[in-house]
Amino acid sequence: MSTFTVNGKTHGFNGDPEMPLLWYLRDLAGMTGTKFGCGRGLCGACTVHLDGTAVRACLTTMGSIDGRAITTIEGLTPDGNHPVQMAWRELNVAQCGYCQCGQIMQAASLLKATSKPTDSEIDAAMSGNICRCGTYPRIRAAIKRAAQGG
Amino acid sequence: MHAIAELELTNVSRRTFLRGIAAGTFVLAVRMSPSAFAQDKKYGGEAMSGGLKDDPRIFLSIADDGTVSLLCNRAEMGQGVRTSWALVVADELEADLARVKVLQASGDEARFGNQNTDGSRSMRHHFDPLRRIGAAARQMLEQEAAQRWRVPVSEVKADNHRVVHSASGRQLGYGELARGAAARPVPARQALVLKTPSQFRYIGRENLPLIDGFDITTGKAVYGIDAQVEGMAFAVVARPPVYGGKVKTFDATAALKVPGVLKVFAIEAPAVPSAFQPLGGIAIVAENTFAAIKGRGLLEIQWEDGPNGSYDSARFRRTLEASAAKPGKVVRNNGNVDAALARASRRVGASYYIPHLAQAPMEPPTATARVTDDACEVWGSLQAPEAIRSDLAKRFNLPLEKVTVHPLLLGGGFGRKSKPDFASEAAILSRAMGGRPVKVTFTREDDIQHSFFHTASVERLEAGLDPKGRPIAWLHRTVAPTIASIFTPNARNEAAFELGMGAVDMPFAIPNVRVENPEAAAHTRIGWLRSVSNIPHAFAIQSFVGELAATARRDPKDYLLGLIGPDRLIEAASMSDEWLYGEDPKLYPFDTGRLRRVVEKAASEAGWGRKLPRGRGLGIAAHRSFVSYTAVVVEVAVGRDGKLTIPRVDIAFDCGAVVNPDRVRAQLEGAVVWGISLAALGEISFKAGRAEQTNFHDYQVTRIDGAPAEIRTHLVRSTDFDKPLGGVGEPGLPPVAPALTNAIYAATGKRIRALPIRDQLAPTGRKT
Repeated sequence: MSTFTVNGKTHGFNGDPEMPLLWYLRDLAGMTGTKFGCGRGLCGACTVHLDGTAVRACLTTMGSIDGRAITTIEGLTPDGNHPVQMAWRELNVAQCGYCQCGQIMQAASLLKATSKPTDSEIDAAMSGNICRCGTYPRIRAAIKRAAQGG
Repeated sequence: MHAIAELELTNVSRRTFLRGIAAGTFVLAVRMSPSAFAQDKKYGGEAMSGGLKDDPRIFLSIADDGTVSLLCNRAEMGQGVRTSWALVVADELEADLARVKVLQASGDEARFGNQNTDGSRSMRHHFDPLRRIGAAARQMLEQEAAQRWRVPVSEVKADNHRVVHSASGRQLGYGELARGAAARPVPARQALVLKTPSQFRYIGRENLPLIDGFDITTGKAVYGIDAQVEGMAFAVVARPPVYGGKVKTFDATAALKVPGVLKVFAIEAPAVPSAFQPLGGIAIVAENTFAAIKGRGLLEIQWEDGPNGSYDSARFRRTLEASAAKPGKVVRNNGNVDAALARASRRVGASYYIPHLAQAPMEPPTATARVTDDACEVWGSLQAPEAIRSDLAKRFNLPLEKVTVHPLLLGGGFGRKSKPDFASEAAILSRAMGGRPVKVTFTREDDIQHSFFHTASVERLEAGLDPKGRPIAWLHRTVAPTIASIFTPNARNEAAFELGMGAVDMPFAIPNVRVENPEAAAHTRIGWLRSVSNIPHAFAIQSFVGELAATARRDPKDYLLGLIGPDRLIEAASMSDEWLYGEDPKLYPFDTGRLRRVVEKAASEAGWGRKLPRGRGLGIAAHRSFVSYTAVVVEVAVGRDGKLTIPRVDIAFDCGAVVNPDRVRAQLEGAVVWGISLAALGEISFKAGRAEQTNFHDYQVTRIDGAPAEIRTHLVRSTDFDKPLGGVGEPGLPPVAPALTNAIYAATGKRIRALPIRDQLAPTGRKT
């Protein structure tokens, strides 16, 4: 039995330790803000924070998170008004929106480490997050806007 | 429109509630407009299944607190249809957009009109009906207020969610008026007074917020894959890796030992061609998706590949090239090409190749179904909810009204989710599980290997030039497996809807034009992918224009404008275009002036002709598709090592009047990234009948570090909202790839004739 927190709430798990956190969140905990995109750490749609740092939930096994703190998009802020979320809305970044939870979690992690990222720092930090709708120019602009506000 | 308290909306069965209403005489009156009596061919939205509906009682309700609820009858997949629907109706309704909620209509074309969300049709077809829905409801509210105040209706006016009588200073909110207004007759279409563009508050306005913006950024938005149905099980399917193949033998012993795996079922393979049917295979149903995936990995399956087991796309390319070298079915013929070629002072020819592509939306195809003896319910990411509804009614021998389809948000579609094979699988498995709800998830590997692939194509172009380098003859051979092959055995020629995507509807002022379509057999499932056949046709034609300009030693933009020629309206029939995106040829002639203007706009905004450092270049291309006009200028920088970067793209676009400029710009930005992605990286290849790519490491798509540093969108906007609209979702894409390769030519002198570009720019790049 491992115990960990998701958005501050304690969870326990005693199933298959190989199960990725992604499927625990989605299928067992019913938290669907964390998205499935590739299952191999190639697209970033499932990005969550593990002890405050962005990781891919599809590569994070349930056997590896005992005692750790998970934050998902649902728990990034209580009111949905993280500077990154607000910037995303102000610039209408999303098209289909499916990848944006992962993009936002990645961007929030970036800004925590680098408060005023350059274009190339943004590209480097965000290149693991695919958006098929092609919202990249607005993602760059929104990260800069969030950095100014933060 | 219906005045109901918000609670009633969830308590009352929507089906019963709306069906009685939809059968009203108003709908009949609309149907019996004079043109409906004529035997004329129908065009546009009226020609689509279910047609167009504009009865406000079907789509609108206003609660006592004034909250307006609008049922959106088209699928949201990132094009912003839910936001744009709301702003059009709110504007004509004179409602406060912030008090409009958008609900998603279930699949029911008899009630809601056409719901097949593809072909860049939503706003193009539904703008006028949406305006009528809003205006009719507004007039009903005004009539109700006038009657209550006992004043002539001409003295009252709807104004931002209330009706006012300025003479007496009285006013009533929409919530107060709704119940009475709903009982009034719906005004006849001729009695509707639509706003003039100067009265618009939302239509045409920049930067309106997305209706789903908060939910999307907080993880609350519910996509097809997010459906949660009480008691559901989770499934994945091992499908035949070759199209037309089937299971020979399988052993599920190890799979069944995985904790959480519940059942293993064989799904029968369909006959080929299989249209939108699932491919068959072995399904694993489990208590969670991970257990299902793990179990599937332990299945031992022997496949029988069938006749497509030898499909090799590299060899197939040579087959296509050989076909393109020989005459084929003539699909357009103006003048005498052979004679003109014979007397030309110079002949130029080139062939272009684009491989198969997969749509790869970020949300893979996923659906959940519950099928019992007497009813069926489906939740999923479905571009065409009615298609799966009628399919399941037939499959389970149920009356149509016993099949309920809930379209949820689509995490991208790009054509893939107009085929509901995944929803059929969920339904088959729920039935097999005795009615337990089952969610079928395509893993990314499933998505990439079992797409309905974009065709693979060779386009051969030949021109005869006069002494000044202007073409007097144009011969185009287009060779590509057709989408028709998934419906019709041995279909080997492109359908009218494929030829009409840029091959025959070529507008250049050239006296002798012949387009031929040699045969090509399909060896995998071919399907629609954003912009469809416009992709290869525009790539070839606009690349060839660049090559001709170079031959003639002319500026590519000036040369392109010369080919477009004087402003004129070209009838589709004169180009043998039998498609025209289903639109009325009288309303949508090819307007070369509009094409010219977007070329000029893109060029001037991009600073065409400016001096650039070594290794940099500008390329231009233009194309009409989905009855809209696009021109693109790409700036590239190619490093000594062959590394390609894109500092800037300017895209000029004319879709007529613009309803929601922010979403039009977003679609253009996305089209630019899509075009660059497929040009730079996109390829699905086949060996032994199997797609060789499996996930985003080998089916590469453009990431943020490969996207243009800057995309500038330029809308060439009509202010006339009475003129027919053009499409938006797809027409931005086709000219992007050739503008990019034309820019590479300008920067390096290297002509890319086969996509993807990948390592072709490296000093020791691969030969194509």
